[in-house]
Amino acid sequence: MNRRRFLTTTTMTATAMSLGLGKAAWAADPLKVAFMYVGPVGDMGWSFQHDQARLAVDAAFGEKVATSYVENVPEGPDAERVLTQMALAGNKLIFATSFGFMDAVMNVAAKFPDVRFEHATGYKRADNVATYDARFYEGRAVQGTIAGSMTKTNKIGYIGSFPIPEVVQGINAAFIHARKVNPNVEMKVVWAYSWFDPAKEADAATALIAEGVDVLMQHTDSTAPQAKAKDAGIISFGQASDMASFGPTPRVSSTIDNWAPYYVERVKAMLDGTWTSQGTWGGIGTGMVEIGVITDAVPADVKAEAEALIASIGAGTYHPFTGPLNKQDGSAWLAEGEVADDGVLSGMNFFVEGITAQMPQ
Amino acid sequence: MIRLIARPAPSRFWLWATPVLAVLATMVAGAVLFAALGTDPLEALKVIFWDPLLGANAGYFRGQLLIKAGPLMLIAAGLAVGFRAGIWNIGAEGQYIVGAICGAAVGLAVYPAESVLIFPAMVVAGALGGWAWGMIPALLKNRFGASEILVSLMLVYVAQNLLAWAAFGPLKNPAGFGFPGSRNLQQYPSAHNGELIAGSGLHWGGVAALAALVGTYVLMSRHIAGFRIQVAGDAPKAARFAGVAPARLVAFCLGLSGALAGLAGMFEVAGPSGQITDAFGAGYGFTAIIVAFLGRLNPIGILLAGLLMALTYIGGDMAQLMLRLPAAAIQVFQGMLLFFLLGFDLLTNYQVRFGGRVGA
Repeated sequence: MNRRRFLTTTTMTATAMSLGLGKAAWAADPLKVAFMYVGPVGDMGWSFQHDQARLAVDAAFGEKVATSYVENVPEGPDAERVLTQMALAGNKLIFATSFGFMDAVMNVAAKFPDVRFEHATGYKRADNVATYDARFYEGRAVQGTIAGSMTKTNKIGYIGSFPIPEVVQGINAAFIHARKVNPNVEMKVVWAYSWFDPAKEADAATALIAEGVDVLMQHTDSTAPQAKAKDAGIISFGQASDMASFGPTPRVSSTIDNWAPYYVERVKAMLDGTWTSQGTWGGIGTGMVEIGVITDAVPADVKAEAEALIASIGAGTYHPFTGPLNKQDGSAWLAEGEVADDGVLSGMNFFVEGITAQMPQ
Repeated sequence: MIRLIARPAPSRFWLWATPVLAVLATMVAGAVLFAALGTDPLEALKVIFWDPLLGANAGYFRGQLLIKAGPLMLIAAGLAVGFRAGIWNIGAEGQYIVGAICGAAVGLAVYPAESVLIFPAMVVAGALGGWAWGMIPALLKNRFGASEILVSLMLVYVAQNLLAWAAFGPLKNPAGFGFPGSRNLQQYPSAHNGELIAGSGLHWGGVAALAALVGTYVLMSRHIAGFRIQVAGDAPKAARFAGVAPARLVAFCLGLSGALAGLAGMFEVAGPSGQITDAFGAGYGFTAIIVAFLGRLNPIGILLAGLLMALTYIGGDMAQLMLRLPAAAIQVFQGMLLFFLLGFDLLTNYQVRFGGRVGA
């Protein structure tokens, strides 16, 4: 028995097994789609948003798809096993929603050539592996504009998760746009070295507040920093999900990861038989990055400025990384009017001029 | 009324009956939990305990069982020796991480050279790294009387920061576009700890785990050192009179459990995991403590407990996927196992009498 044949047989057995559970019907023969999350679906941030998009897929296709998920999967050998379990269980499209799942996705994809994989925020692709990511830095540009206008102490605090390009882009974009509206602004950065760790995030927020920041940004997924900001009477921004329950203040706005349109589009492509491997990098324009309601705590003129920025980024007439910009060490990066190319951005490992925080090495 | 009467000596019968009872009670309580969540409880237990062993695709999952159980057994074997002596190494997770960093660092330092000597050198480095991390609490205890429980536990957090530093700094893959994480050792033949028999899940870590279980069995039952460890745990004063040097015992137990934990980390990073990343430490060092106690600090018990624990992980993932059970329910299920074990342990040291008055 060759391997492909073996896989089909086992897949059929697995499908039959799951059908025995009474959830699905033979006649519908639904497309099985699985999602692997790095955090709990109740994190109210990153994994929560991915699961919201999964529910959107359920709603959009009804009986035609059967979705399932495994949450809290550690990045490493466990990820590889869970992906294999998903493939063996007959899933034909699998979304792996954390950067650290990359090698696991590549390994499992090589063993299951007829299963399609979608890997969030990674950079390795294959015939059956597509990647997708959002231009979160577009949202940071908006936050920076509001933050720079509203700070009284001229100090903005930023809780970073890991010094990887996606996070560095956000810090740079926020700083550039805060400086544009307030030349005296300073940015303080604390690294939590975690995507989701309420205790660590709260500690980081406390440390930043003690240093005198009165605007808090976070690239971590829990609401712990929001609670600290509320206690301290300063302002903050929702991250990944809207975190609207912390509005109108401290949460004055938010960046929302909206994966739903992309997931629906990709599942539709599977159903239509038009799925191909590709790299997607969506932003405000495609709806993948959404800006949550700017509350009344923000002065009207600042709000108008932020909304104009959202409109110009969404329309593609303005790019948050437009020259003249220098690197932190003073060397030239972008000339007047020059726009950063995606290659440089996706490997961004330097701060722009004016940020005093050191990049961890 | 119910009365508890202390037994003169721990019951041999209950010593081995309590783990079995704990597993059964966990299944019953788990079934109630799953039913309350609206899942067919028998179906859930079948998916967790039966399917990975004998269901469809069991061939794949049996191998995964070994991959998951290997590090648990290897770490627990070393911990059990120390626990017998009353020396509490709670920081195996840190020793596991440091062993992995040292082992991987040796391999990555000579990349891309190919030689049969590279893998053995990594093994030695992994063991030494774990040993050294275990010796810190040992030295502090012997020198200053610092609690090894606290020091070894705190060193886990130090090790985690060391891991993040290694993944983002010196061990970062130079060809990784600035992303964190080392090169993948699975793609480096001389350093790869691959499967010894394809599809079996058995790699050198599994072999080392079995060797460690046999070794600690011989040590504890056939060797004078094992006797001393036992006495030190049961009757510390008597041990001192019998000429047991407590300082040497502390160093031996923490060093041994550290070295075995370091080996487990090294085999993991060179094999199933492949990469040093900030998320490398997945809690094996802590779970191994449960495995050691569930296995009654006995090598054969640890073998069975390691496999059982691995089964609940793999079956738990299956249950999430097939039955849409939340991950938290699975964790509660695993937690109940230790809870019931500790609860039923009462029967080992006490007799339960129903009714009647206090004896004349």
